[in-house]
Amino acid sequence: MTTLAISPTFTDKSDRLWRRMLVNPRLLAGAVALLLVLGSCIATLPWTARDLPPQLDEDGFPLNIHNPFYYDGQDMEHSWNPPSTKHLIDWFGRDELGRPMLSRCLLGGCISLAIGTAAAAIAVVLGVGVGLFSGFRGGWIDGVLMRGVDIMYGLPYILLVILFKVAFEDPLMNLLHSARIANLVVLFLAIGLVSWLTMARVVRGQVLSLKTLPFVEAARATGVPEWRILLRHMLPNLIGPIIVYATLTIPQAILWESFLSFLGIGIAAPMPTWGSLAADGLTPGLNPLEPRWWALLFPCILLVVTLLSLNFLGDGLRDLLDPKREASKI
Amino acid sequence: MIRFISYRLLQFPLVLAIIYLVTFMLCWVAPGDPFVRTDRNISQEVKDALRTKYHAQHWYTFLAWYPVNAIRHGDLGPSLTNASASVNDIIRQRLPISVEIGVVALVIATIGGVFIGTLAAVRRDGPLDWISLMVALAGISIPSFVAASVLIAVFAVRFKLFPADGWQPHRFSDMVLPALALSLMPMAYLTRLTRVSMIDILGSDYVRTARAKGLSRTKVIWKHALRNALLPVLSYLGPAAATTLVGSFVIEKVFNIPGLGDTFVNSVQNRDQTLILGSVMVESMLLLAMNLLVDIGYGFLDPRIEV
Repeated sequence: MTTLAISPTFTDKSDRLWRRMLVNPRLLAGAVALLLVLGSCIATLPWTARDLPPQLDEDGFPLNIHNPFYYDGQDMEHSWNPPSTKHLIDWFGRDELGRPMLSRCLLGGCISLAIGTAAAAIAVVLGVGVGLFSGFRGGWIDGVLMRGVDIMYGLPYILLVILFKVAFEDPLMNLLHSARIANLVVLFLAIGLVSWLTMARVVRGQVLSLKTLPFVEAARATGVPEWRILLRHMLPNLIGPIIVYATLTIPQAILWESFLSFLGIGIAAPMPTWGSLAADGLTPGLNPLEPRWWALLFPCILLVVTLLSLNFLGDGLRDLLDPKREASKI
Repeated sequence: MIRFISYRLLQFPLVLAIIYLVTFMLCWVAPGDPFVRTDRNISQEVKDALRTKYHAQHWYTFLAWYPVNAIRHGDLGPSLTNASASVNDIIRQRLPISVEIGVVALVIATIGGVFIGTLAAVRRDGPLDWISLMVALAGISIPSFVAASVLIAVFAVRFKLFPADGWQPHRFSDMVLPALALSLMPMAYLTRLTRVSMIDILGSDYVRTARAKGLSRTKVIWKHALRNALLPVLSYLGPAAATTLVGSFVIEKVFNIPGLGDTFVNSVQNRDQTLILGSVMVESMLLLAMNLLVDIGYGFLDPRIEV
């Protein structure tokens, strides 16, 4: 009986799917650009995130010696050094405190993408849970849950995200004993909690149409328990739309984080994200007398390239996996 | 139709009540009682008097009393950090500014998006189609604070087309750049939405019939096809209002505009609970009213929809 549960769309067409994926230029460009950015951000993590152990001079004072690629290695002698191709570390120039923009951009990318991924993961768990349950049960449960989702679509999210962030940061800090981790976790949660609505709607719609298909009826008729039908029979058929909307949630979350950082309630200094780097680079970067363009340009380019490639990837995957939904295609 | 509207109107207070409870929980229970402040030295008598005046002996008395007072007297209380102004005053001063800019931005986004989107659909793969793609890509990938700052640097500072001396009340030229920056993101979605649904409609039978009957191209496109292509656009206007609200927080900070978004961010950072509650409720009401209007408009535009 389990053979009936095998999804009709994925197994037998998968090699054609790969071939179509390779000829879709947007999808391919998005995937390649994303892999490049993601790869270089993660591969350099050991250099950008880790400093040398603190060293003391003979009087016991801490020496200002850092791993040259450390993201927070301050060096006032190199304050606002413009980009040069002589040393790898100076490729993106230095910021006001002489910290290498290259390291900050790379580590910022890791944190931005981590926030996006974590928010998408929360959106997947919540959205799929609510959508599955609501669509499968139907009746008044469906009515209540979907009216709830409708209502939440109209809420002023930004207010709730800001409130949530401010309200739960201190309690979380006491719980986790680390201001930085609390700051990150509360950002994940605040952004994730507002991005699951579309996912819930899409999953519910899919479930409603899957529910009537013979293989589900058959499973039910043979006495398969409900949770098993949901997990083994429904979920594999929902993977396509879930991947698509998760991919589209990541750029949204990264943008949210950049807004929060700009408003001064995002990531806590000195940790960088692309959003906070761009926000910090605005004033020096657009200064009409002495423009330090590198402080603004590099984080913005990385941010724009990543957001675009994620959107391309999501749209391309949607064309492949979910051809009926084209309405909001960018 | 009447059933639908009355159903939605009945839903309205329920939704507002939920928003009130959530906001209250987030801004009072989590960071602490606003009447026990550590940053300002208030004598015990004053505190007690304040507590009695605002029925804040316990958190639940305030929770129950605040909305009742707001509805009965239209009084949202005093601002807790701004001794000279009440929440009513602050909102009355600042809300019109935010609404004005938001409405202008939405109008720019809708007109621009529908126009570019339609032309892009009519001349597919032409230069206008590329422009529409560029608008869409820029709108979804450039954070609005960057776009806004670049607009200031180019048009106000470099070319001196607009005043760069900060916000002055009742000066129209101050509104152009903020509204433009704010309209970028909704315009991106509206352009693509119009384009896709217009391409769909232009391929349909009734458009071909209209052309075959001898109606001019312009008339078919702008009257017959656009009317139907506008439906998905209209349904996006509700979320677009929410997007504009999000943008307005950032834009008001970039342009130094004394609007409600800026006030809210400050009030959250200063833990000014009455101001937070007041501005959340007012913004929510605006947004909900906007969504209701969009739904009603949808019912009128498309008689097939059972509402």
